[in-house]
Amino acid sequence: MARLDWQVEHVLRRAAFGPDAADLARFANTSAAAVTAYLVDFEQQPDDVDARIGDSAYVGITSRGQFSPNTRINDARQRWLFRMVHSRRPLQEKMALFWHNHFATTYTKVAGGVGGVQSTKMLALKAGELPGPQGQLELFRQFALGNFRDLLFNVARDPAMVVFLDGRTNVKRKPQENFGREIMELFTFGVGNYVEEDVYAAARVFTGWNLRRATDLPNTDPAGYYEFFYNPAQHDTTAKTFTFPVYGNGGLTIPERTAADGMQDAYDFITALALHPETARRLARKLWNFFVSELEAPDPAFVEAVATVYLENNMEMKPVVRYILGSSWFLDPSRLYARYSWPVEFVVRAIREVGWTGFSVNTARTPMANMGQTLFEPPDVAGWPQGQGWFSTGAMLARVNFATSLASNQRFNLAGAAAPHRASPSTFLNFFLQQLSPSPYATASYNELLAYLSAGGAWTGSDTQLNTKTAGLAKLILGSADYQFV
Amino acid sequence: MTRVSRRRFIRDGVAAFTVGFAAPAFLSDIARAQGVLSRNLVVVYLSGGNDALSTLVPYQDPFYFSRRPALAIPAGQVLQIGSDTGGTTLGFHPRLTGLHDIFNQGRLAIVQRTGYENSSRSHFQGTDIWGTANPASPSGSGWLGRYLDTLPLPVDALAGWSATQETPRALTASTVSVPSIPDAQAYSLSSPNSAAEALNERVAATRMASHVTTGQPHLSFVNGTLLGAFETLDRVALVNAYAPSVVYPTNGFGQALRTVAGSIAAGIGTRVYWVQLGGFDTHANQGNAGTGAYANLMGSFNDGLAAFYSDLQNQSLLNDTLVLQFSEFGRRINENGSGATAGTDHGAAGMMMAMGGGVRGGIFGTAASLNPDPANPALERNGTDVRHETDFRAIYAKVLDGWLGANSVAILGGDFRAGAPAII
Repeated sequence: MARLDWQVEHVLRRAAFGPDAADLARFANTSAAAVTAYLVDFEQQPDDVDARIGDSAYVGITSRGQFSPNTRINDARQRWLFRMVHSRRPLQEKMALFWHNHFATTYTKVAGGVGGVQSTKMLALKAGELPGPQGQLELFRQFALGNFRDLLFNVARDPAMVVFLDGRTNVKRKPQENFGREIMELFTFGVGNYVEEDVYAAARVFTGWNLRRATDLPNTDPAGYYEFFYNPAQHDTTAKTFTFPVYGNGGLTIPERTAADGMQDAYDFITALALHPETARRLARKLWNFFVSELEAPDPAFVEAVATVYLENNMEMKPVVRYILGSSWFLDPSRLYARYSWPVEFVVRAIREVGWTGFSVNTARTPMANMGQTLFEPPDVAGWPQGQGWFSTGAMLARVNFATSLASNQRFNLAGAAAPHRASPSTFLNFFLQQLSPSPYATASYNELLAYLSAGGAWTGSDTQLNTKTAGLAKLILGSADYQFV
Repeated sequence: MTRVSRRRFIRDGVAAFTVGFAAPAFLSDIARAQGVLSRNLVVVYLSGGNDALSTLVPYQDPFYFSRRPALAIPAGQVLQIGSDTGGTTLGFHPRLTGLHDIFNQGRLAIVQRTGYENSSRSHFQGTDIWGTANPASPSGSGWLGRYLDTLPLPVDALAGWSATQETPRALTASTVSVPSIPDAQAYSLSSPNSAAEALNERVAATRMASHVTTGQPHLSFVNGTLLGAFETLDRVALVNAYAPSVVYPTNGFGQALRTVAGSIAAGIGTRVYWVQLGGFDTHANQGNAGTGAYANLMGSFNDGLAAFYSDLQNQSLLNDTLVLQFSEFGRRINENGSGATAGTDHGAAGMMMAMGGGVRGGIFGTAASLNPDPANPALERNGTDVRHETDFRAIYAKVLDGWLGANSVAILGGDFRAGAPAII
């Protein structure tokens, strides 16, 4: 089947997880601008992907007993992978991934505090499926292209985050700095814009921000849950002075307030951080790396333009992302395949291109760990090391080995589709290069793939040869350097 | 919108050539030339900011107890190691029984109050500073990577070995891409086909990765990673057969050390290993002597290293190995919170340890008095954090010059030899 306009494919690789066969048909005569609008205005598409789980026409899941994505973390990982493979709102999932990396929270540490069932609920509970507040991932989906200040505020009171950055021990007499530091260093404007005294003051802003058990049930009970709880008795009510303006009039000090009104401190502080021009620029740089290019440093003109869009639109992310995807920076041919794919992107794109009938996303979990990315388990609060950081030798072997297992699993489906193209090694290879989408090969590499098809015996196109070379060729293409970019 | 051509399969206008292709083979000649069975360095990095005051306890300092009512380890529980030259009596955390034995054998050196001026309290900046050995501009290659860059070319692909999932900045080099191999068993190449066909695939993949394209450094980088993987696979597989002389803990740290011991015993020729133990960011629930997060960390740290030490000693490999431990910063003197949930926030100076057959054991440097008087010169920031006494780069210099036989001035971009304690 024919590939799409290169700009359309570019948009679909970056702002989605690459086109599958249905997309190739759906977008055959669609402009990049229309595809971008389709992705950005995702509310217009149904959010019905979870209902397809278990349907044999879709990628499979594997569970010990009942599939429990709200209470068992490996099932939550599978549900998210399933959504990424099949969602009709792929940009929503992609932005959820972006925020998951930005507000990186690890299952293991949260589970250390509240146990595995509650940790999974805090990270992945889909509202209404069990008692308790929605999980952090659902917050990221809700605010995928929402208002950054609102997202930040909700993250600050998100149960998983409160456990992860130790908010529960942030008390008036002895404030605890973990969240107060990271909200400045990692979640907003970054190192260089604050001093240690600001960290102390920020910690005091969040004193009393805690959780409470909402039920008497043990942590192991799926119906038990925690909820955010502001404890006025533990809030430090004294004034907090910063080295940067907190208020529009340039005021540096959050005034002394009654304990009952103490949550207002955080509203003021978070608003100041979210509106800070360096926060706008830092988000712009992160979005450059995510959407535009990792091969070039962010263009200062891009950073200023995106920061302006962000501030002029009251910190709403939808106009920001729409602007980026329509910009000449994004659509320039030099930005094609200019980003190192994350392991999860590699896996999802490979499944969408190779095929999924009879394949379980559970098969991807261990390989993804070896590639360096376990969902809900970023290495630390700074998120995953990206770009070249994904490509250690061991991680690259894991990519090749995942390609092997996917190619083995899909060998017969793929060989059947390839059979009409068996006339010669080049027709056969060209079929695969229609089906898969590595960046264009250098002639020498293309010729190596051709040579491989005749290695071990001249090309006959027999069924045996077809089955063998189908799996081998899919592995070689997915495992080649040229396939590791989106 | 302009309709542009459909995606091409082959790019043109890009010069491409192929480097001399070698079938997958052992690089044993190179490895041998660079000194198989010679000295190696094993870095043990405690990530998250180790609370040095709980590792090495000044158990007779009254301020230690008054400033840490929940976390202080009772004097009766520490493992005493005597006193430093400043007269402060010190003891190990009670879980460090194995290290206590090694200390008593004279093969463990402790350097107190290591750090640098204006210590970063950020994990990420701090890690980069320790990784690059450059507090002023912590970017670019790492100090151990720069050491690897001094080895004769071509540098063996296994000259460095990260036994953690990622390759740390410290091992970022320009002449070699250091592999990350936490588990030799998983470091393998699978095929959907028979053995003969698997070889065809490997030959094709190797040849594809050998094509060098100009003007595409990102592709060259990933191809270099692939080639590094293919070059190292067979030698790493030798480690799979390793039968250690002791039982290692089953946790990740213990298994990573087992892998390192296997590599040393197999004579792979690696010069620098990197092993990491995480979880030291103990803002909460730090605990004290027997229970809590910190005691568990010390248990993992001790049990893994003690097994590693015994394993090497049993095989007479101890004299070739130097273990060097550090973390990105120490922690605040005052505890936060209270009771069982108390913890410590980010601080300044920490401590370093060196262990091995060539180590001159003992306590180096002096402990800080923890008197919160803002005039206390051993503390900084109004008496809240421990101030460094020994620049961490002095220890790096000692290791580079005295153990690895390199030139620390060139590698560290300055002369930090002065003030280096005689740990080896």
